[in-house]
Amino acid sequence: MEALAFGGASGIGLKAVDLQIENVSAAFGDHVVLDGINLLIQPGEFFALLGPSGCGKTTLLRTIAGFATTSRGNVLVGGQNVSALPPWRRDVGMVFQSYALWPHMTVGRNVAFGLEERRLPRAEIKRRVDLALTFVGLNKEIDRYPSQLSGGQQQRVALARTLAVAPKVLLLDEPLSNLDAKLRVRVRRELRALQKSLGLTTIIVTHDQDEANTICDRIAVMNEGRVQQVGTPTELYERPANLFVAQFLGMANVLSGRANGAVFESSVGVTLDRGTAADRAVPVFRPQDATLAPPDDTTERGPSFAGIVDEREFLGSAVRYGVRAASNLLWVEAPFHSGAPLKEVGEAVRVNLCPDRIMWLDH
Amino acid sequence: MTAVEFGSGGKGAAAPRAAFRAGWGQLAIGLLVLAFLLVFLVWPVATVIWVAFTEKGSSSFTLTNFADFARTDLFIRSLWNSFYASAMAVVGASMLALPLAYLTTRYVFRGAKLVQVLGFLPLIMPPFVGAVALQLFFGRNGSVNLLLDDWIGIKIPFMEGLNGVIFVQSIHYFPFILVNLTTALQNLDRSMEEAAQNLGSHGFRLFRRIVFPLALPGYVAGASLVFVKVFDDLATPLLLNVKDMLAPQAYLRVTSIGIADPMGYVISVVLIVASVAAMWASSLATRNIDYATLQRGGGGHAKRELKSLSAVLAYALVFVIIALVLAPHVALLLLSFATVWSFSPLPDGFTVAHYVRVFSDSAGLIKNTLLYATLAGLIDIIVGTAISYLVLRSKIAGARALDLLATAALAVPGVVLGIGYLRAFYDIRLWDGTSLASAWIVIVIALAIRRLPYALRACYAALQQISASLEEAAENLGATKGATIRRIVIPLMTGGLVAGFVTSFATAAVELSATLMLVQTDANAPLAYGLYVFMQSASGRGPGAALGVIAVLIVAVGVVVSQRVAERTRRIDNGSLGN
Repeated sequence: MEALAFGGASGIGLKAVDLQIENVSAAFGDHVVLDGINLLIQPGEFFALLGPSGCGKTTLLRTIAGFATTSRGNVLVGGQNVSALPPWRRDVGMVFQSYALWPHMTVGRNVAFGLEERRLPRAEIKRRVDLALTFVGLNKEIDRYPSQLSGGQQQRVALARTLAVAPKVLLLDEPLSNLDAKLRVRVRRELRALQKSLGLTTIIVTHDQDEANTICDRIAVMNEGRVQQVGTPTELYERPANLFVAQFLGMANVLSGRANGAVFESSVGVTLDRGTAADRAVPVFRPQDATLAPPDDTTERGPSFAGIVDEREFLGSAVRYGVRAASNLLWVEAPFHSGAPLKEVGEAVRVNLCPDRIMWLDH
Repeated sequence: MTAVEFGSGGKGAAAPRAAFRAGWGQLAIGLLVLAFLLVFLVWPVATVIWVAFTEKGSSSFTLTNFADFARTDLFIRSLWNSFYASAMAVVGASMLALPLAYLTTRYVFRGAKLVQVLGFLPLIMPPFVGAVALQLFFGRNGSVNLLLDDWIGIKIPFMEGLNGVIFVQSIHYFPFILVNLTTALQNLDRSMEEAAQNLGSHGFRLFRRIVFPLALPGYVAGASLVFVKVFDDLATPLLLNVKDMLAPQAYLRVTSIGIADPMGYVISVVLIVASVAAMWASSLATRNIDYATLQRGGGGHAKRELKSLSAVLAYALVFVIIALVLAPHVALLLLSFATVWSFSPLPDGFTVAHYVRVFSDSAGLIKNTLLYATLAGLIDIIVGTAISYLVLRSKIAGARALDLLATAALAVPGVVLGIGYLRAFYDIRLWDGTSLASAWIVIVIALAIRRLPYALRACYAALQQISASLEEAAENLGATKGATIRRIVIPLMTGGLVAGFVTSFATAAVELSATLMLVQTDANAPLAYGLYVFMQSASGRGPGAALGVIAVLIVAVGVVVSQRVAERTRRIDNGSLGN
């Protein structure tokens, strides 16, 4: 209800626009941080920039907000090129990782700040501050100082402060990293519900795949300054574009070996039909896409090979075995049923592969 | 019942006895420190206050002395002048420090390191040394005014009366603001400013609404220090021949009329009240607003590029400021090598005669200074370590009070301490019949008391950073208490102690406010006193300047050593923490 009032005509007037990133590059000295990034983010989309630290995701977010002074290329918000505009003219709301609440101002003054800078009438400022704080459930804390609030409350004030100015796009920089593990899961759900109710185009930066998977419509996986792949969480998991994406989103086993004509001769002794895979592609499979059988069981007709259980990790709903075969350590996950016997470390096993689940990926 | 009581009584007694024994040692240290502070800080200051509030020659309470003070035009004018000069020095120092701090922390600025280092320069030279030298550049017939007169026919009264005091003190004390403000600006979370920009703020509004309020605690800390220093400074106004300020008045009353005259004491009380008030106001203004540590994690500041026109302006501004900062040093150096230098932009000729004279006639001054400053520094780190140890490692009630008491020396102007020592120790006769007040050791103790608050903080920091778990780890691995102290505590503390010692040493070497009162014979005089005497006569200026250059060198060496030690300690500490 509150959310409707917030976004609607009587509220603050949020509107969903698209965001286009054209050929953005950035470098610090000789170190290339962003290398020709192109992205199109749809109006109202919840979009994640996901990657390991140092992949350039934060620099890209700061480029959109206008803080990355060394970047080149274009950023278009709702079709308008903002690349030449300074941060204070861009109308892209950013919630900082540290929240950046000003300690010398009360919650109310913090939220009013952007509205005052826009020279809005006093009555309108008051209305919007109330609305924004009510929206995040903190209107009672309006006269308190940031240091008197909990981490979760501080974050909601930071969000209210940004939403109050009705930005065209919302940028969230690692919004959950300063919260403890339990709160993180809750806030994650709240964020998603909130974004959907506002319908505001939102970009989140994160290094946590679970975070990106659970709250985002689409994800851009980044590494070494480049976008590796863009897609929905399921697309990325099921059809990773390369080895990096496959390994960053979940676990992936790589079989070593070499291509020989139409087949791939793996070092574990299995020969796989390469189909149309590129020459440099290697066979990759997820731990749950293989099964374990006793060493003398050859009833499965698919490719299989022998190995020794080297490691065992109990995950609750599943058991993960590290199987050593030739020089490979390959992970196989089996569902755990209470009472079922487990394989022991040192036990000989046969690993059965499912040929149509094998992904041929390049680096 | 009895058996149980007996048993528990026996067990209970063992533990307290051990604690009691440890407590005795600590208690003895505590009492020694307390006695030292009572005799050499509390008693002299209390004497000053007592004399101010009693009728001359009797011991009955009276406010007549204060009424006399209020009725005397000279004193009221002096009070106003001291306030005015201090406030204007804060303004002047801020004008020098603000642009330097902001430019070097927020913009890509070539020479930012140089600015930071040069900023410290004035601190290694006592302001009164620079005062005389600056006359030669900026005085009525100094280089600048001679040139101005030649070119456009005007003269600017930089050094006339209070202007001179304000000018000299601004140049001298602005690093206090620069250092505090720079630290505050550097420690601000970058995202604080970016959040404001993101919400539409920029330029001067951004500075006024976000940057300056957040850096305010640093600024106020520096500004209040400048105010107090200028208010208490004795030698600078005296050498500039400005007598109608409070500290010179206190000195002149006591030295010209005598130590029985109550007005010197009344003025001293006013000086103390002003110091305490300034510090209290600064702590009030910055209460509960230690922003720097509230939210971190935004990373370092992305420094902005200066555009062409603003870059030219910025570099020009910094150049002028640096030239001003260097002026006293350059003038002093020139003066120390000058044959004759008057009514001309530069000296007529150069000579090393002044240095020869200083080394042949005044070697005693240098020797005394080294002796006094070394002893004062040693006393400071011993007392400082004792107090830190009691506060951090013992449960003695009142350890905190000792800390406070020692720190309270900050609020006692040097001239007041000097007057207090004269009055309190004058009647105490030594075995050879001379007064304790005229013994050279009293000068050492006065220097030690004046520098104790700074040394105490260094010792405190040195001990505080040794977490108890480091000692426990050593004991857990089989080290005895003694071995733990020898192999863990002392090596870890050394850096801090050396830094504390050198700070005390360097500043004591050029201290004059308290010692001006206490030097009774030339044989006992330290370098700063000799400098002051030389600088009072025109013929003494050359040797005085040479002595000043030597003083600057002594202090500079001290500062460099302490920086080195502090840096090395920091490296070691960072290493042990692993990040």
